[in-house]
Amino acid sequence: MTKITYREAVRAGLREALQRDSKVFLMGEDVGKYGGTYACSNGFLDEFGPERIRDTPLSESTFVGAGIGAALGGLRPIVEVMTVNFSLLALDQILNNAATLRHMSGGQFSIPLVVRMATGAGRQVAAQHSHSLEGWYAHIPGITVVTPATVTDARGMLLTALKNPDPVFIFEHAYLYSMEGELEDGPPAVDLSRAVVRRPGKDVSLITFGGNLWKTLAAATRLAQDGIDAEVVDLRVLRPLDIDTVLASVRTTHRAVVIDEAWRTGSFAAEVSARIMEGAFYDLDAPVARVCSEEVPIPYPKHLEDAALPSVEAVLQTARDLCPRSKK
Amino acid sequence: MADFVMPTLGADMTEGTLVQWKKQAGDRVTKGEIIAEVDTEKAAIEVESHTTGTIERLLTQPGDKVPVGTVMAVIREDGQPTTAPIHEAARRAAVTTPVHRVEVAPVSPPQTGRLRISPAARKLAAERGLDPAHLQGTGPDGAITLEDIERAGAITEVTKPGGVADRQARMRQTIAAAMARSKREIPHYYLSTTIDMGRAVTWLKQANEARPMTERLLYGVLLIKAVALALRRVPEFNALWKDGAAVRSEGIHIGAAISLRQGGLVAPALHDADQLSLSDLMKTFQDLVKRARAGSLRSSEMSDPTITVTSLGEQGVEIVFGVIYPPQVALVGFGKLVERPWVTNGQVVPRPVVMVSLSADHRASDGHRGGVFLAEIDRLLQEPHIL
Repeated sequence: MTKITYREAVRAGLREALQRDSKVFLMGEDVGKYGGTYACSNGFLDEFGPERIRDTPLSESTFVGAGIGAALGGLRPIVEVMTVNFSLLALDQILNNAATLRHMSGGQFSIPLVVRMATGAGRQVAAQHSHSLEGWYAHIPGITVVTPATVTDARGMLLTALKNPDPVFIFEHAYLYSMEGELEDGPPAVDLSRAVVRRPGKDVSLITFGGNLWKTLAAATRLAQDGIDAEVVDLRVLRPLDIDTVLASVRTTHRAVVIDEAWRTGSFAAEVSARIMEGAFYDLDAPVARVCSEEVPIPYPKHLEDAALPSVEAVLQTARDLCPRSKK
Repeated sequence: MADFVMPTLGADMTEGTLVQWKKQAGDRVTKGEIIAEVDTEKAAIEVESHTTGTIERLLTQPGDKVPVGTVMAVIREDGQPTTAPIHEAARRAAVTTPVHRVEVAPVSPPQTGRLRISPAARKLAAERGLDPAHLQGTGPDGAITLEDIERAGAITEVTKPGGVADRQARMRQTIAAAMARSKREIPHYYLSTTIDMGRAVTWLKQANEARPMTERLLYGVLLIKAVALALRRVPEFNALWKDGAAVRSEGIHIGAAISLRQGGLVAPALHDADQLSLSDLMKTFQDLVKRARAGSLRSSEMSDPTITVTSLGEQGVEIVFGVIYPPQVALVGFGKLVERPWVTNGQVVPRPVVMVSLSADHRASDGHRGGVFLAEIDRLLQEPHIL
């Protein structure tokens, strides 16, 4: 096991991909000369040259569309979008082209495109750079949506995504880039199909993904001090959702809290909650609870931003409220 | 002042839900008039007033689920001064109130009446045969949780004698009410005769020899079948007393008195006993005894009997003077099968005999017909092969 930052893990994955396959190239805003907004491609321009590390104009629609074209043409593009907020400019390319061309061509065309983007709040970059819209993308059939939360997944999911014949969207929580973690040994590529139990427990299932995994694990540690044995499920892949792992957990614990940094209304947490209701209703001992962001544009001031986001305290309190009296 | 209470509508009823009041405070009500509609697990029941007067106050809201015996309204009887102090605390008394069954679609209780219980807890309660309605929920918003069910199961086990005692007390109250009403309202007359069981016993022995052990007949089943067939000839004993008249019942549903090990008794129905073969009757009876003792009788079995047959011979009793179970109008009792000196063709011979007695409601029948009934039972038992 090696200790590295999430940023280094992403960089390691990108570098390995670029080294392995000459058809792989990286493009996006500031990925070249600047070394990447989050420094994930620092030094790549020198190492791989301007043909494979391409700075693009500030036009998400254009460069995501170019990525789709390159993929159609037989290359393996990795497109970096600075934040999920900006990706909305490319939504037409993503939904109407990337996600649909295989279907509309009767399977003749495939689009092996990988799009990486930062998501999430917590860095005081205000309402145009801080939202968590991965749940919106998970709504779209035809693409795979993943949310690596660990350094192992940050490196490995990219490598697996490049083997996928269809578009894969990787959402990297911006708060995680500086976080250090233990890189697990083993083959660098990881699966893009399963949710994982990060902490086994028997009293309540805390179901989350991406950047909120760490808040949730922190909450689980504190719940343990209160005698509540929480199980933490990291969804990892939002589409296709591995609901079986979730249901198996809920059938054991009989209680579920879904933690999602998106707004509650229409959130991915709502989807998970509905699936639990559909699949494990008679195993539930309490209503499924959610911890989501306040329904406001993410504020700039730190105290307001903190107040708007799911917190360890909120997870703790919500989980406690679901548990029986003997656990309170 | 008279209390209008949640009536017991069968020995197994412990609580009911008020669906609606048919009368309001200040309304006049006459004895026998419908005053409320109550939902039980069995059916929606219209409940009559057992007194005449003015409704002083309604104490229960529609949708409320209250235990049997809870005072739901106070009625000022004619001639009483207004507004006597009202006992706020619900006094509990087991009472039997005449009721009319009405065929209505099940009434769903208002939202407030729905139990707050988690799906998993409801499932566990069902698996354990626990009624969660009385439990105090400790989950979110006071919901009953898995843990509450588990704890309730534990409590029941720890304090089992108390729980049983409570149930016994309730059953005792129910029996007390029914029997007191019987002796208060029903002018009983009693007849008895001794029946020579020689042929029946011999026939039964032969019949059983041809049967595997598990299908052997008990002689008690012969008695029940004989009573059922005899009732075809004297249908006035297969009746219920309703609104001042005996109403003959269409089917012959024999209520078989079954004593329960923990005390008390039930007399659930053997439906259409006259139409069942002895083998079927035996099976049905055994099943009924088993379920009666397990406490899993069906509501139709509790409410349908049209006459009761009781047999106390096992205890060595030779003759039964039974109390009719209202609103039935007759009860047939059998004593012990004993060997006695018997005079036949001028000779004294030992014969197995049984004393059969009839307790009958003199409002519904007369002694002459009662005699015919017993004679018919005797005649049938002399021809066991036709039973």
